[in-house]
Amino acid sequence: MLSDLHVPGNSPVHRARPGVKLALLAVFCTAVFILDDPLVTAMSGALVALGYAAAGLRPRHAWTSLRPALWPLVIVFLAQLVLADAGTAMFVTGRFAVLILAASLLTLTTRAVDLTDSLRVGLERLSPRIPADRIALAVSLCLRFIPLVRTVLEDIRRAQWSRGLERRPLALLVPLIVRTLRTADEMAEAIEARSVE
Amino acid sequence: MSTLSLRNVEVEKDGIRILSGLTLDLSERRIGIVGRNGSGKSTFARLLNGLERPSAGQVLLDGDPEPRGLRRHVGFVFQNPDNQIVYPNVGEDLEFGLKNLRLPPEERRDRIATLLDTLQLSHLRDRLTHTLSGGEKQLIALAGVLVMRPDWIVLDEPTTLLDLWNTRRFMRVLDGLEQRIVMVSHHLDLMQGLDRVLHIADGTVADDGPPAGVIAGYVARSEC
Repeated sequence: MLSDLHVPGNSPVHRARPGVKLALLAVFCTAVFILDDPLVTAMSGALVALGYAAAGLRPRHAWTSLRPALWPLVIVFLAQLVLADAGTAMFVTGRFAVLILAASLLTLTTRAVDLTDSLRVGLERLSPRIPADRIALAVSLCLRFIPLVRTVLEDIRRAQWSRGLERRPLALLVPLIVRTLRTADEMAEAIEARSVE
Repeated sequence: MSTLSLRNVEVEKDGIRILSGLTLDLSERRIGIVGRNGSGKSTFARLLNGLERPSAGQVLLDGDPEPRGLRRHVGFVFQNPDNQIVYPNVGEDLEFGLKNLRLPPEERRDRIATLLDTLQLSHLRDRLTHTLSGGEKQLIALAGVLVMRPDWIVLDEPTTLLDLWNTRRFMRVLDGLEQRIVMVSHHLDLMQGLDRVLHIADGTVADDGPPAGVIAGYVARSEC
């Protein structure tokens, strides 16, 4: 999760403006995809590794970022192995891994609050007619809801296990949706209670 | 002296009357509300902040019926802080209400720093809200209201999810506040030191007065 990933620090990568990092990431990812070359992917990987080192991050941080995407990467690798050859499989999978690690470098070195602030400032500069505050609030609420939904899911799962119900996705999904919607309603009220307009 | 007044207030939802015939003035510093589940006490509390609009009658703050005045001057603390904290980061969450007040960034930062210092919570400023303990979350939810400097704070069962230690800590913070407080609670021991207690039953005020008498009457009526 984005807010869980942040590793506090005072490196040049940490201190760089979030908007600049976001723009660089966009350029980097686009370039890696457009320049469809294994050598470019290898150089990109080295560049990302350099970024991690400059940020004072350790290999375990990279691994933590990559781990959730491990199974999708394995599937991509196997699919390419069957449809093409081993070289292509390594290239395509490696490119995805580099992109994930590059995006993680941003989240590892930038607080969620700074990212949403940059988003707000960027949107305000684009046009005064864009409701930048509301969009930034919506993004923050998304970030806030991720741990909340995770906690609710865990609560429901435990409650069901305690009553002998195991591995029933539908039985898990219905109460999860109901409780999440109720939480959303109450949070909307809390926002209303703290708003003046 | 700030006064919250209800004049012939009624609240009806989906054809069901939740509150009726409420006419009273609230001006004491510490007011408690007790009552059974479903008696209408939470709806009563929500009226005071304008979260609930009366179907009939008026809620006035110092004679002013303007709902924005209620919202501005009466803060509201919910039972579950998880549903009250809207931002993933403590500092950002505290800033939310101040942005709504359109205060400049420096003043927002000053207010937050001063408040966290007063509440001895400065160490939580950069924490992610979902990593806080239940007691810390409730204090941050309270801080989110206090930072807006309301005249009144209405709390709807704020200690229900807290253990004894955190309840005492939370109540100690409340005791030190200069704001007028209206607190709904099932914890009758928390009502003992208050100036006035209202017993809400069947959508109306069944009893109203100093804590000892009202609580004794409520306990007597709650015998199974």
